[in-house]
Amino acid sequence: MSSIWSTLTGFHFIDPLMLTLKVAGLATLAAFVLGVGCAYLLSRRNFPFRDVLDAVFTLPLVMPPTVLGYYLIVLIGRRGVFGQWLQEAFGISLMFTWQGAVIAATVVAFPLVFKSARAALESVGPQFEDAARTLGQGELAVFLRVSLPLAFRGVLAGAMLAFARAMGEFGATLMVAGNLPGRTQTLSLAVYSAVQAGDDTLANILVLIISIVCVAILVATSRLLQPKF
Amino acid sequence: MQFELNITKRMRSGGDAFLLRSHFSTSDRALVLFGPSGSGKTLTLQAIAGLLTPDEGCIKVNGDVLFDSEAGVNTPTRQRNVGYVFQNYALFPHRTVRENVGFGLKPLFGRLSAEDSRRVEELIHLFDLSRVADLKPSALSGGQQQRTALARALATSPKILLLDEPFSALDQPLRLRMRTELSRVLENFGIPMIMVTHDSDEVESFAESVVVYRHGEVVGMHSAKAIAESGQSLTETIREQVAMAYEL
Repeated sequence: MSSIWSTLTGFHFIDPLMLTLKVAGLATLAAFVLGVGCAYLLSRRNFPFRDVLDAVFTLPLVMPPTVLGYYLIVLIGRRGVFGQWLQEAFGISLMFTWQGAVIAATVVAFPLVFKSARAALESVGPQFEDAARTLGQGELAVFLRVSLPLAFRGVLAGAMLAFARAMGEFGATLMVAGNLPGRTQTLSLAVYSAVQAGDDTLANILVLIISIVCVAILVATSRLLQPKF
Repeated sequence: MQFELNITKRMRSGGDAFLLRSHFSTSDRALVLFGPSGSGKTLTLQAIAGLLTPDEGCIKVNGDVLFDSEAGVNTPTRQRNVGYVFQNYALFPHRTVRENVGFGLKPLFGRLSAEDSRRVEELIHLFDLSRVADLKPSALSGGQQQRTALARALATSPKILLLDEPFSALDQPLRLRMRTELSRVLENFGIPMIMVTHDSDEVESFAESVVVYRHGEVVGMHSAKAIAESGQSLTETIREQVAMAYEL
Protein backbone atom coordinates (compact mmCIF):
# COMPACT_ATOMS: atom_id res chain seq x y z
CA MET A 1 0.00 0.00 0.00
CA SER A 2 2.75 2.39 0.97
CA SER A 3 4.60 1.60 -2.20
CA ILE A 4 1.51 2.47 -4.27
CA TRP A 5 1.26 5.76 -2.42
CA SER A 6 4.89 6.56 -2.99
CA THR A 7 4.52 5.71 -6.67
CA LEU A 8 1.42 7.88 -6.97
CA THR A 9 3.14 10.82 -5.29
CA GLY A 10 6.49 10.10 -6.87
CA PHE A 11 5.30 11.20 -10.35
CA HIS A 12 6.73 8.13 -12.02
CA PHE A 13 3.62 7.89 -14.10
CA ILE A 14 2.68 11.56 -14.47
CA ASP A 15 5.31 12.29 -17.10
CA PRO A 16 4.51 9.32 -19.35
CA LEU A 17 0.77 9.96 -18.91
CA MET A 18 0.99 13.61 -19.94
CA LEU A 19 3.31 12.75 -22.83
CA THR A 20 0.97 9.98 -23.97
CA LEU A 21 -2.06 12.32 -23.95
CA LYS A 22 -0.11 14.95 -25.86
CA VAL A 23 1.23 12.49 -28.46
CA ALA A 24 -2.04 10.59 -28.86
CA GLY A 25 -4.08 13.83 -28.98
CA LEU A 26 -1.94 15.43 -31.69
CA ALA A 27 -1.66 12.18 -33.63
CA THR A 28 -5.46 11.78 -33.55
CA LEU A 29 -5.91 15.34 -34.78
CA ALA A 30 -3.48 14.77 -37.65
CA ALA A 31 -4.97 11.36 -38.48
CA PHE A 32 -8.47 12.93 -38.38
CA VAL A 33 -7.70 15.66 -40.89
CA LEU A 34 -5.71 13.39 -43.22
CA GLY A 35 -8.02 10.40 -42.81
CA VAL A 36 -11.25 12.33 -43.44
CA GLY A 37 -9.69 14.17 -46.38
CA CYS A 38 -8.48 10.97 -48.04
CA ALA A 39 -11.77 9.20 -47.28
CA TYR A 40 -13.78 12.01 -48.90
CA LEU A 41 -11.55 11.95 -51.97
CA LEU A 42 -11.83 8.18 -52.37
CA SER A 43 -15.56 8.02 -51.69
CA ARG A 44 -16.51 10.85 -54.06
CA ARG A 45 -14.01 10.83 -56.90
CA ASN A 46 -13.45 8.00 -59.30
CA PHE A 47 -9.89 7.73 -60.58
CA PRO A 48 -7.50 4.99 -61.69
CA PHE A 49 -5.78 2.95 -58.98
CA ARG A 50 -8.34 3.99 -56.39
CA ASP A 51 -8.38 0.45 -54.98
CA VAL A 52 -4.59 0.39 -54.78
CA LEU A 53 -4.62 3.71 -52.92
CA ASP A 54 -7.25 2.35 -50.53
CA ALA A 55 -5.02 -0.65 -49.85
CA VAL A 56 -1.97 1.54 -49.22
CA PHE A 57 -3.98 3.71 -46.81
CA THR A 58 -5.13 0.61 -44.95
CA LEU A 59 -1.68 -0.98 -44.82
CA PRO A 60 -0.62 0.42 -41.41
CA LEU A 61 -3.53 -1.51 -39.91
CA VAL A 62 -2.14 -4.90 -40.92
CA MET A 63 1.61 -4.34 -41.02
CA PRO A 64 3.76 -5.03 -37.93
CA PRO A 65 4.48 -1.71 -36.17
CA THR A 66 8.19 -2.44 -36.34
CA VAL A 67 7.99 -2.57 -40.12
CA LEU A 68 6.17 0.77 -40.11
CA GLY A 69 8.84 2.10 -37.79
CA TYR A 70 11.48 0.94 -40.23
CA TYR A 71 9.71 2.68 -43.14
CA LEU A 72 9.54 5.85 -41.06
CA ILE A 73 13.28 5.66 -40.33
CA VAL A 74 13.88 5.32 -44.07
CA LEU A 75 11.74 8.43 -44.55
CA ILE A 76 12.55 10.72 -41.66
CA GLY A 77 15.74 9.20 -40.23
CA ARG A 78 18.98 11.18 -40.28
CA ARG A 79 19.91 9.60 -43.60
CA GLY A 80 16.27 9.30 -44.65
CA VAL A 81 14.82 10.74 -47.86
CA PHE A 82 12.95 13.48 -46.05
CA GLY A 83 15.00 13.48 -42.83
CA GLN A 84 18.24 14.40 -44.53
CA TRP A 85 16.62 17.36 -46.23
CA LEU A 86 15.10 18.52 -42.91
CA GLN A 87 18.52 18.22 -41.25
CA GLU A 88 20.33 20.15 -43.97
CA ALA A 89 17.71 22.83 -44.56
CA PHE A 90 16.55 23.48 -41.01
CA GLY A 91 18.89 21.53 -38.74
CA ILE A 92 15.88 19.57 -37.47
CA SER A 93 15.88 15.88 -36.67
CA LEU A 94 12.67 14.10 -35.79
CA MET A 95 14.41 10.96 -34.56
CA PHE A 96 14.23 10.40 -30.80
CA THR A 97 11.88 13.35 -30.23
CA TRP A 98 8.27 13.42 -29.09
CA GLN A 99 7.39 14.94 -32.47
CA GLY A 100 8.74 11.76 -34.02
CA ALA A 101 6.47 9.80 -31.70
CA VAL A 102 3.52 11.87 -32.96
CA ILE A 103 4.38 10.96 -36.55
CA ALA A 104 4.67 7.27 -35.69
CA ALA A 105 1.33 7.32 -33.83
CA THR A 106 -0.33 9.26 -36.69
CA VAL A 107 0.67 6.65 -39.26
CA VAL A 108 -0.57 3.82 -37.05
CA ALA A 109 -3.88 5.58 -36.20
CA PHE A 110 -4.58 6.89 -39.72
CA PRO A 111 -6.29 3.77 -41.17
CA LEU A 112 -8.81 3.67 -38.33
CA VAL A 113 -10.04 7.18 -39.14
CA PHE A 114 -9.77 6.58 -42.87
CA LYS A 115 -11.75 3.32 -42.84
CA SER A 116 -14.59 4.54 -40.60
CA ALA A 117 -14.76 7.89 -42.37
CA ARG A 118 -14.97 6.26 -45.78
CA ALA A 119 -17.77 3.93 -44.66
CA ALA A 120 -19.63 6.80 -42.97
CA LEU A 121 -19.27 9.14 -45.94
CA GLU A 122 -20.39 6.47 -48.37
CA SER A 123 -23.54 5.91 -46.34
CA VAL A 124 -24.56 9.57 -46.77
CA GLY A 125 -27.23 9.63 -49.48
CA PRO A 126 -25.99 11.47 -52.58
CA GLN A 127 -29.35 13.24 -52.82
CA PHE A 128 -28.51 15.37 -49.75
CA GLU A 129 -25.33 16.61 -51.40
CA ASP A 130 -27.16 17.17 -54.67
CA ALA A 131 -29.86 19.12 -52.81
CA ALA A 132 -27.21 21.37 -51.30
CA ARG A 133 -25.67 21.94 -54.75
CA THR A 134 -29.02 22.98 -56.23
CA LEU A 135 -29.28 25.43 -53.31
CA GLY A 136 -26.17 27.19 -54.58
CA GLN A 137 -23.58 25.56 -52.33
CA GLY A 138 -20.00 24.99 -53.49
CA GLU A 139 -18.14 21.74 -52.86
CA LEU A 140 -16.49 22.93 -49.62
CA ALA A 141 -19.86 24.04 -48.25
CA VAL A 142 -21.44 20.74 -49.34
CA PHE A 143 -18.74 18.87 -47.43
CA LEU A 144 -18.77 21.02 -44.28
CA ARG A 145 -22.54 21.59 -44.07
CA VAL A 146 -23.91 18.27 -45.32
CA SER A 147 -21.52 15.33 -45.81
CA LEU A 148 -19.42 15.76 -42.66
CA PRO A 149 -22.32 16.46 -40.25
CA LEU A 150 -24.28 13.48 -41.62
CA ALA A 151 -21.24 11.20 -41.35
CA PHE A 152 -19.99 12.72 -38.15
CA ARG A 153 -20.86 9.98 -35.72
CA GLY A 154 -19.03 7.37 -37.77
CA VAL A 155 -16.09 9.72 -38.28
CA LEU A 156 -15.94 10.54 -34.56
CA ALA A 157 -16.09 6.85 -33.65
CA GLY A 158 -13.12 6.27 -35.97
CA ALA A 159 -11.25 9.14 -34.33
CA MET A 160 -11.83 7.67 -30.88
CA LEU A 161 -10.53 4.28 -31.97
CA ALA A 162 -7.57 6.11 -33.50
CA PHE A 163 -6.93 7.83 -30.17
CA ALA A 164 -6.99 4.52 -28.34
CA ARG A 165 -4.65 3.00 -30.91
CA ALA A 166 -2.29 5.99 -30.71
CA MET A 167 -2.26 5.74 -26.91
CA GLY A 168 -1.24 2.12 -27.04
CA GLU A 169 1.31 2.55 -29.83
CA PHE A 170 4.59 0.79 -28.99
CA GLY A 171 6.62 -0.71 -31.85
CA ALA A 172 6.84 2.12 -34.37
CA THR A 173 7.27 4.68 -31.58
CA LEU A 174 10.12 2.68 -30.07
CA MET A 175 11.95 2.53 -33.39
CA VAL A 176 11.46 6.18 -34.31
CA ALA A 177 11.44 7.96 -30.96
CA GLY A 178 13.13 5.49 -28.67
CA ASN A 179 12.31 5.04 -25.00
CA LEU A 180 13.78 8.06 -23.28
CA PRO A 181 12.20 8.64 -19.84
CA GLY A 182 10.74 12.14 -19.58
CA ARG A 183 11.25 12.78 -23.32
CA THR A 184 9.75 10.06 -25.47
CA GLN A 185 8.63 7.47 -22.95
CA THR A 186 4.88 7.08 -23.36
CA LEU A 187 2.66 4.92 -21.10
CA SER A 188 3.02 1.73 -23.12
CA LEU A 189 6.81 2.14 -23.22
CA ALA A 190 6.82 2.91 -19.49
CA VAL A 191 4.94 -0.33 -18.83
CA TYR A 192 7.64 -2.23 -20.70
CA SER A 193 10.42 -0.46 -18.79
CA ALA A 194 8.66 -0.94 -15.44
CA VAL A 195 8.25 -4.67 -16.05
CA GLN A 196 11.86 -4.98 -17.21
CA ALA A 197 12.99 -3.14 -14.06
CA GLY A 198 10.82 -5.37 -11.84
CA ASP A 199 8.73 -2.37 -10.63
CA ASP A 200 5.41 -4.24 -10.39
CA THR A 201 3.59 -1.47 -8.54
CA LEU A 202 4.32 1.09 -11.25
CA ALA A 203 3.46 -1.45 -13.95
CA ASN A 204 0.12 -2.17 -12.27
CA ILE A 205 -0.82 1.49 -12.05
CA LEU A 206 0.19 2.17 -15.65
CA VAL A 207 -1.72 -0.88 -16.91
CA LEU A 208 -4.79 0.15 -14.93
CA ILE A 209 -4.76 3.68 -16.35
CA ILE A 210 -4.43 2.43 -19.93
CA SER A 211 -7.18 -0.16 -19.44
CA ILE A 212 -9.65 2.33 -17.94
CA VAL A 213 -9.10 4.86 -20.74
CA CYS A 214 -9.48 2.18 -23.43
CA VAL A 215 -12.70 0.77 -21.93
CA ALA A 216 -14.13 4.29 -21.65
CA ILE A 217 -13.32 4.95 -25.30
CA LEU A 218 -14.84 1.67 -26.49
CA VAL A 219 -18.07 2.29 -24.54
CA ALA A 220 -18.35 5.82 -25.92
CA THR A 221 -17.65 4.56 -29.45
CA SER A 222 -20.33 1.90 -29.37
CA ARG A 223 -22.83 4.50 -28.09
CA LEU A 224 -21.90 6.86 -30.90
CA LEU A 225 -22.46 4.17 -33.48
CA GLN A 226 -26.04 3.46 -32.40
CA PRO A 227 -28.39 4.82 -35.08
CA LYS A 228 -30.08 8.14 -34.40
CA PHE A 229 -31.97 9.49 -37.41
CA MET B 1 -39.80 30.86 -70.58
CA GLN B 2 -37.73 29.75 -73.57
CA PHE B 3 -36.47 26.27 -72.96
CA GLU B 4 -34.38 24.18 -75.28
CA LEU B 5 -32.83 20.81 -74.59
CA ASN B 6 -31.10 18.25 -76.78
CA ILE B 7 -28.90 15.77 -74.98
CA THR B 8 -27.47 12.27 -75.27
CA LYS B 9 -26.18 10.19 -72.38
CA ARG B 10 -24.95 6.59 -72.34
CA MET B 11 -25.25 4.87 -68.98
CA ARG B 12 -24.16 1.46 -67.84
CA SER B 13 -25.42 -0.24 -64.71
CA GLY B 14 -24.24 -3.79 -64.27
CA GLY B 15 -24.43 -5.40 -67.67
CA ASP B 16 -27.30 -3.24 -68.93
CA ALA B 17 -26.62 -0.36 -71.23
CA PHE B 18 -29.08 2.53 -71.29
CA LEU B 19 -29.16 5.24 -73.90
CA LEU B 20 -30.89 8.52 -73.09
CA ARG B 21 -31.75 10.65 -76.09
CA SER B 22 -33.75 13.57 -74.88
CA HIS B 23 -34.75 16.58 -76.94
CA PHE B 24 -37.53 19.12 -76.81
CA SER B 25 -38.03 22.86 -76.81
CA THR B 26 -40.90 24.90 -75.47
CA SER B 27 -41.98 28.38 -74.53
CA ASP B 28 -44.64 27.16 -72.10
CA ARG B 29 -44.38 27.89 -68.40
CA ALA B 30 -45.43 24.44 -67.22
CA LEU B 31 -43.89 21.39 -68.77
CA VAL B 32 -44.54 17.82 -67.70
CA LEU B 33 -42.17 14.96 -68.53
CA PHE B 34 -44.29 11.85 -68.61
CA GLY B 35 -43.49 8.16 -68.92
CA PRO B 36 -42.97 4.91 -67.04
CA SER B 37 -40.21 4.38 -64.49
CA GLY B 38 -36.78 4.07 -66.04
CA SER B 39 -37.74 5.88 -69.23
CA GLY B 40 -35.28 8.74 -68.74
CA LYS B 41 -37.48 11.52 -67.30
CA THR B 42 -35.59 11.91 -64.02
CA LEU B 43 -32.21 11.69 -65.79
CA THR B 44 -33.35 14.55 -68.02
CA LEU B 45 -34.35 16.59 -64.96
CA GLN B 46 -30.97 15.89 -63.35
CA ALA B 47 -29.19 16.99 -66.51
CA ILE B 48 -31.11 20.30 -66.43
CA ALA B 49 -29.97 20.83 -62.83
CA GLY B 50 -26.40 19.86 -63.66
CA LEU B 51 -26.47 16.80 -61.42
CA LEU B 52 -25.86 14.60 -64.47
CA THR B 53 -23.45 15.52 -67.25
CA PRO B 54 -24.67 14.49 -70.71
CA ASP B 55 -22.19 13.02 -73.18
CA GLU B 56 -23.20 15.57 -75.77
CA GLY B 57 -25.82 18.16 -76.59
CA CYS B 58 -26.98 21.45 -75.18
CA ILE B 59 -29.41 22.90 -72.62
CA LYS B 60 -30.60 26.50 -72.81
CA VAL B 61 -32.96 28.43 -70.55
CA ASN B 62 -34.10 31.90 -71.63
CA GLY B 63 -31.02 32.24 -73.82
CA ASP B 64 -28.61 31.23 -71.02
CA VAL B 65 -26.52 28.25 -72.05
CA LEU B 66 -26.36 25.86 -69.10
CA PHE B 67 -24.66 23.11 -71.05
CA ASP B 68 -23.12 22.89 -74.49
CA SER B 69 -20.72 20.05 -75.23
CA GLU B 70 -19.43 21.64 -78.42
CA ALA B 71 -18.67 24.98 -76.83
CA GLY B 72 -17.37 23.22 -73.70
CA VAL B 73 -19.91 24.94 -71.44
CA ASN B 74 -21.05 23.12 -68.31
CA THR B 75 -22.32 25.54 -65.67
CA PRO B 76 -21.92 23.99 -62.21
CA THR B 77 -25.15 23.14 -60.41
CA ARG B 78 -24.64 25.82 -57.77
CA GLN B 79 -24.65 28.54 -60.43
CA ARG B 80 -27.63 27.28 -62.41
CA ASN B 81 -30.14 28.81 -60.03
CA VAL B 82 -32.70 26.04 -60.33
CA GLY B 83 -35.08 25.00 -57.57
CA TYR B 84 -35.17 21.22 -57.26
CA VAL B 85 -37.75 19.22 -55.32
CA PHE B 86 -36.47 15.66 -54.98
CA GLN B 87 -38.72 12.63 -55.09
CA ASN B 88 -38.17 11.90 -51.39
CA TYR B 89 -37.58 15.62 -50.72
CA ALA B 90 -33.96 15.10 -49.50
CA LEU B 91 -34.58 17.36 -46.51
CA PHE B 92 -31.43 17.65 -44.41
CA PRO B 93 -32.17 15.33 -41.46
CA HIS B 94 -29.74 17.13 -39.13
CA ARG B 95 -31.40 20.53 -39.66
CA THR B 96 -34.71 21.93 -38.46
CA VAL B 97 -37.44 23.00 -40.88
CA ARG B 98 -36.36 26.64 -40.48
CA GLU B 99 -32.70 25.75 -41.16
CA ASN B 100 -33.72 23.64 -44.15
CA VAL B 101 -35.72 26.50 -45.65
CA GLY B 102 -32.86 28.97 -45.06
CA PHE B 103 -30.12 26.56 -46.16
CA GLY B 104 -29.45 28.10 -49.55
CA LEU B 105 -29.43 31.64 -48.17
CA LYS B 106 -27.03 31.11 -45.28
CA PRO B 107 -23.33 31.72 -45.95
CA LEU B 108 -20.86 28.95 -45.03
CA PHE B 109 -19.59 30.95 -42.09
CA GLY B 110 -21.85 33.42 -40.33
CA ARG B 111 -25.56 33.95 -40.02
CA LEU B 112 -28.51 34.79 -42.25
CA SER B 113 -28.80 38.47 -43.10
CA ALA B 114 -31.83 40.24 -41.62
CA GLU B 115 -33.43 40.40 -45.05
CA ASP B 116 -32.88 36.68 -45.75
CA SER B 117 -34.12 35.86 -42.27
CA ARG B 118 -37.36 37.73 -43.03
CA ARG B 119 -37.71 35.84 -46.30
CA VAL B 120 -37.35 32.51 -44.48
CA GLU B 121 -40.04 33.51 -41.95
CA GLU B 122 -42.33 34.63 -44.78
CA LEU B 123 -41.94 31.31 -46.56
CA ILE B 124 -42.49 29.37 -43.33
CA HIS B 125 -45.68 31.36 -42.77
CA LEU B 126 -46.80 31.03 -46.38
CA PHE B 127 -46.33 27.25 -46.36
CA ASP B 128 -48.06 26.92 -43.00
CA LEU B 129 -44.97 25.55 -41.28
CA SER B 130 -44.89 27.93 -38.29
CA ARG B 131 -45.89 25.26 -35.78
CA VAL B 132 -43.18 22.84 -36.91
CA ALA B 133 -40.42 25.33 -37.78
CA ASP B 134 -38.12 24.13 -35.00
CA LEU B 135 -38.65 20.41 -35.60
CA LYS B 136 -36.38 18.07 -37.54
CA PRO B 137 -37.83 16.70 -40.82
CA SER B 138 -38.27 13.19 -39.36
CA ALA B 139 -40.98 14.59 -37.03
CA LEU B 140 -43.06 15.98 -39.93
CA SER B 141 -46.02 14.54 -41.81
CA GLY B 142 -45.66 13.80 -45.53
CA GLY B 143 -47.46 16.98 -46.52
CA GLN B 144 -45.36 19.12 -44.20
CA GLN B 145 -42.18 17.56 -45.58
CA GLN B 146 -43.26 18.40 -49.09
CA ARG B 147 -44.11 21.98 -48.16
CA THR B 148 -40.69 22.31 -46.50
CA ALA B 149 -39.00 21.01 -49.64
CA LEU B 150 -40.95 23.51 -51.78
CA ALA B 151 -40.20 26.41 -49.43
CA ARG B 152 -36.51 25.47 -49.39
CA ALA B 153 -36.35 25.31 -53.20
CA LEU B 154 -38.13 28.66 -53.59
CA ALA B 155 -36.07 30.49 -50.94
CA THR B 156 -33.16 31.15 -53.30
CA SER B 157 -35.53 32.71 -55.90
CA PRO B 158 -34.73 30.19 -58.66
CA LYS B 159 -35.56 31.03 -62.27
CA ILE B 160 -37.10 27.61 -62.78
CA LEU B 161 -38.58 24.96 -60.51
CA LEU B 162 -37.80 21.28 -61.17
CA LEU B 163 -40.09 18.73 -59.53
CA ASP B 164 -39.28 15.03 -59.50
CA GLU B 165 -42.45 13.02 -58.85
CA PRO B 166 -43.40 15.49 -56.12
CA PHE B 167 -46.54 13.61 -55.05
CA SER B 168 -45.40 10.00 -55.24
CA ALA B 169 -44.49 9.83 -51.53
CA LEU B 170 -47.98 10.99 -50.46
CA ASP B 171 -51.13 8.94 -50.00
CA GLN B 172 -54.13 9.61 -52.24
CA PRO B 173 -56.24 12.17 -50.26
CA LEU B 174 -53.14 14.20 -49.38
CA ARG B 175 -51.94 13.98 -52.96
CA LEU B 176 -55.10 15.74 -54.20
CA ARG B 177 -54.76 18.50 -51.61
CA MET B 178 -51.07 19.06 -52.31
CA ARG B 179 -51.77 19.27 -56.04
CA THR B 180 -54.15 22.15 -55.45
CA GLU B 181 -51.63 23.75 -53.16
CA LEU B 182 -48.80 23.43 -55.68
CA SER B 183 -50.96 25.02 -58.41
CA ARG B 184 -51.59 27.93 -56.06
CA VAL B 185 -47.87 28.27 -55.26
CA LEU B 186 -46.85 28.20 -58.93
CA GLU B 187 -49.38 30.91 -59.64
CA ASN B 188 -48.31 33.05 -56.65
CA PHE B 189 -44.63 32.86 -57.43
CA GLY B 190 -45.13 33.06 -61.20
CA ILE B 191 -42.29 30.61 -61.63
CA PRO B 192 -41.90 28.30 -64.63
CA MET B 193 -41.64 24.63 -63.83
CA ILE B 194 -40.72 21.26 -65.24
CA MET B 195 -42.32 18.28 -63.52
CA VAL B 196 -41.55 14.61 -63.86
CA THR B 197 -44.43 12.20 -63.27
CA HIS B 198 -45.87 8.87 -64.24
CA ASP B 199 -49.36 9.89 -63.09
CA SER B 200 -51.64 10.92 -65.96
CA ASP B 201 -53.85 12.96 -63.57
CA GLU B 202 -50.90 15.19 -62.86
CA VAL B 203 -50.35 15.74 -66.56
CA GLU B 204 -53.93 17.00 -66.80
CA SER B 205 -53.61 19.19 -63.70
CA PHE B 206 -50.33 20.88 -64.53
CA ALA B 207 -49.20 20.51 -68.11
CA GLU B 208 -49.23 23.29 -70.64
CA SER B 209 -47.09 20.90 -72.61
CA VAL B 210 -46.33 17.26 -72.05
CA VAL B 211 -43.25 15.38 -73.26
CA VAL B 212 -43.71 11.62 -73.41
CA TYR B 213 -40.75 9.30 -72.73
CA ARG B 214 -40.23 5.65 -73.47
CA HIS B 215 -37.00 3.61 -73.18
CA GLY B 216 -34.88 6.74 -72.87
CA GLU B 217 -36.37 8.44 -75.90
CA VAL B 218 -38.85 11.22 -76.44
CA VAL B 219 -41.76 9.64 -78.31
CA GLY B 220 -44.12 12.59 -78.38
CA MET B 221 -44.74 16.17 -77.32
CA HIS B 222 -48.14 17.78 -77.03
CA SER B 223 -49.33 21.24 -76.17
CA ALA B 224 -52.51 21.36 -74.09
CA LYS B 225 -53.57 24.52 -75.90
CA ALA B 226 -53.08 23.02 -79.37
CA ILE B 227 -55.07 19.96 -78.36
CA ALA B 228 -57.89 22.13 -77.02
CA GLU B 229 -57.90 24.28 -80.19
CA SER B 230 -58.06 21.28 -82.45
CA GLY B 231 -61.21 20.24 -80.59
CA GLN B 232 -59.72 17.07 -79.21
CA SER B 233 -60.00 16.19 -75.58
CA LEU B 234 -56.82 16.44 -73.51
CA THR B 235 -57.90 13.51 -71.36
CA GLU B 236 -58.35 11.38 -74.45
CA THR B 237 -54.95 12.34 -75.87
CA ILE B 238 -53.25 11.60 -72.57
CA ARG B 239 -54.97 8.25 -72.36
CA GLU B 240 -53.60 7.39 -75.79
CA GLN B 241 -50.17 8.54 -74.68
CA VAL B 242 -50.35 6.39 -71.56
CA ALA B 243 -51.20 3.38 -73.66
CA MET B 244 -48.31 4.15 -75.95
CA ALA B 245 -45.79 4.90 -73.19
CA TYR B 246 -46.64 1.72 -71.34
CA GLU B 247 -47.03 -0.30 -74.55
CA LEU B 248 -50.54 -1.42 -73.62
